[in-house]
Amino acid sequence: MKLLRELLFPVIAVLVAFVVGGVIVWVIGDNPFEVYGLLLGSALTWPDGIGYTLFYATPLIFTGLAVAVAFRCGLLNIGAEGQLYVAAFACAWVSIKLGGTVIKGFDGSPIVYGSTSLPAVVLVPLAVLTAIAVGAAWGAIPGWLKARFGAHEVITTIMLNFIAVSLISYFTQYYYKAPGDPIMQSVPVGAAAHIPRLGDFVPGLPSRIPVNAAFLLALLACLLVYVFLWRTKWGYEIRATGANPSAAEYGGISVRKQIVLAMAVSGGLAGMVGINEVLGYRHLYYHEFSASYGFTGIAVALLGRNHPLGVILAALLFGVLLRGGIFVDAFSEHVTKDLVEVLQALVILFVAVGVNFRWMSNRFSMLRRSKV
Amino acid sequence: MLELRAITKRFGEVLANDHIDIRVEPGTIHAIVGENGAGKSTAMRIAYGFYTADSGEIVVDGEPRQIQTPHDAIRLGIGMVHQHFMLVDTMTVAENIVLGAEPGSAAAIDLSKASEEIRALSNEFRLSVDPNALVHDLSVGQQQRVELLKALYRRARLLILDEPTAVLTPQEVEEFFAILRRMREQGKTVIIITHKLSEVLAISDDVTVMRDGRVVGRVKTKETNAAELARMMVGRDVLLRVEKPEARPGETVLSVRDLSVTVGAGERGLRGVSFQVRAGEIVGVAGVEGNGQTELIETLAGLVPQARVSGAVIFRERDITKANARQRYEMGIAHVPEDRHRRGLLLDFDLSENSILGLHYRKPAVSVGPLLDLRGIRSRAREMIQDFDVRPANPDLPARALSGGNQQKLIIGREFGLNPKLLLISQPTRGVDIGAIEFIHRKLVELRDEGCAILLVSAELEEVTSLADRLLVFYHGRVVGEVDPKQSTQEEIGLLMTGGGDESQNSER
Repeated sequence: MKLLRELLFPVIAVLVAFVVGGVIVWVIGDNPFEVYGLLLGSALTWPDGIGYTLFYATPLIFTGLAVAVAFRCGLLNIGAEGQLYVAAFACAWVSIKLGGTVIKGFDGSPIVYGSTSLPAVVLVPLAVLTAIAVGAAWGAIPGWLKARFGAHEVITTIMLNFIAVSLISYFTQYYYKAPGDPIMQSVPVGAAAHIPRLGDFVPGLPSRIPVNAAFLLALLACLLVYVFLWRTKWGYEIRATGANPSAAEYGGISVRKQIVLAMAVSGGLAGMVGINEVLGYRHLYYHEFSASYGFTGIAVALLGRNHPLGVILAALLFGVLLRGGIFVDAFSEHVTKDLVEVLQALVILFVAVGVNFRWMSNRFSMLRRSKV
Repeated sequence: MLELRAITKRFGEVLANDHIDIRVEPGTIHAIVGENGAGKSTAMRIAYGFYTADSGEIVVDGEPRQIQTPHDAIRLGIGMVHQHFMLVDTMTVAENIVLGAEPGSAAAIDLSKASEEIRALSNEFRLSVDPNALVHDLSVGQQQRVELLKALYRRARLLILDEPTAVLTPQEVEEFFAILRRMREQGKTVIIITHKLSEVLAISDDVTVMRDGRVVGRVKTKETNAAELARMMVGRDVLLRVEKPEARPGETVLSVRDLSVTVGAGERGLRGVSFQVRAGEIVGVAGVEGNGQTELIETLAGLVPQARVSGAVIFRERDITKANARQRYEMGIAHVPEDRHRRGLLLDFDLSENSILGLHYRKPAVSVGPLLDLRGIRSRAREMIQDFDVRPANPDLPARALSGGNQQKLIIGREFGLNPKLLLISQPTRGVDIGAIEFIHRKLVELRDEGCAILLVSAELEEVTSLADRLLVFYHGRVVGEVDPKQSTQEEIGLLMTGGGDESQNSER
């Protein structure tokens, strides 16, 4: 019953967004039912549709969780984008340095990027932990700035996004790009750092589809975040701080510590996007790979009501839209994949309206209750 | 003047007003009393057009009227002053008053004309409000008078006042009542919503008593008394005076030495306060709000940054001046804060989660490692809810869903459950209805008799004098006197509270 109530508003928002989107499609001159058929059909077929949908959903689960954890502490983490970049780069760096990356130079002589070759059992966990730790550290910075100086996290995280992208652009360009490579990307990571694609062990799913072990990691992260927030004293302290900092302080909780902790956990989760990208998909650091995962994560968290289960559902929906959008673009008469962005924006818009509506209806019923 | 006939209003499943009849005679002060949730405010909001009744009729000056919006009410000469003022801080009194009823043409507001009118009104009722003063420079009492002026300026003949004294000091209440009497003399009609019986008896001509959405009594004030009103409100006999045996104080538990606290830039909230609290006694702190009581309690609870505190706090022969909130909690210092919404509760958390605030990090709340023992927390919350009669008795409800009294009982249950050696308790019954007040007072005395040292702060002079064994009077951050509450009159204490005591300079050490 409670679950149903929680689901009601997001589901209505999504339905309304689809109806309004349908009207737009109709105005543009296509048949909305065909377009939606194409969208959903291409995203939900086995194995390609579903495989890609899960692949697109993976980074959004991580960033959605990241935003949700910060939000539970009363913080708006706009910096998931920067956190996932530094983490992905660090993840690649470790996997190059300790993965024994050697490439051929122009003259055929080898250029050694990584002189050590660790075995996979060591390298993979190390690279995974690096991504989490570096993301967490980058996230903790705005947390500390807020706790220590009262700097607002929205401003500092946005600024740190710029710093992250530019800093990594510099390192990629001058130190870790293969000589003569016209693309802004690092040299490949050592093969030992690759994590398996789901196709390697799921029957019927071809290995060419890039959905990989990071997806399972994302589901595990959801479970862990749930346990962390609602079943541990640490989560209690974070949520108490978000719900009412004064009361948290009264309860002997250090609000400053919670702010740093929540931002670090948030950053760590955002950083896990790097695992999917570097270890599971491209096997190198590809500059500016993120299709605004960090920012879409805000929408995912909002739609998912800052709950891990909601985040999974919302990320899957966005995965469907991303996957289906490509086909709508290709096969419909007039509609392009811009429509998908319009749809995404409409969903977010109506969720935002819904949140406000809920808030208002709560306020009204409170007013009525308060002094009957 | 105003008559509500068979008014019924339903909110979802709740019947807030069930065929209520209220008849207010012109030129009288009419009190509407009842516990929180009895339906007083709903009835008045219907009269003012905030809500529309599901059925029933409103009669103004003998004629049935439709009041759909506050505009309709104002046109009929009905004004309302809310418990929470609706004033724009950065504007002047005159600007606030004309807001929404601007004189002159739409383009040019004739403020000077308005100021004149306001000044005239202010003089007529002796409100002494300067129309050109900025609202944020005014005291709470003055702001309330601005609200009154707002209604008078709109030609209100009937004023509805929702819990007007909740925010006032005892002196301000007296002044306020004088104003109401002058209004009555000038032919105005006043409806006052309250649950303080002493005020009802002091100011009103007629009383309507409500309980559970129904009118359960209509009496002339002259022909009733507090006990009868309380019985009607609660539906059973209520003990109005606290009955407590003589205190048997033991060893000194808390010793405060020359404690000072700065607030803001160099301003001092506490100025060298010294006193002691012993086991088994209740030490009351009386004083007009804002004279250092908040700083005192928050400092003793460890919620004020060290840098702002000087002096020493000794708890059971240990210097705890530098201890933080959690350490003090662990030593057995419980704290019922003055503002339960800001400090005491996580309103969106459910009751069982609220029942462990402050204890959430250790056994028994925590089972293995960092994991919370949810089942145990819930069953202990259920016990606490039963012991302290929290209603509705459902640990899964959010704290927000409870009435003020029940929220307070939950906090008290949590803090008393610590078996504290020292209890810091501030405004224990603010916004709490009579039945719960009686309960809370009884629990406090029980705790005292179990040997707990209690420091009690309350803005209700009656409450501190009846509960405390010794009474400290605070004025401007100092202890200006210690009195025996049984020996002193309210007037003597009131004089000390306003800085009128002679011994104010050489305060009790």
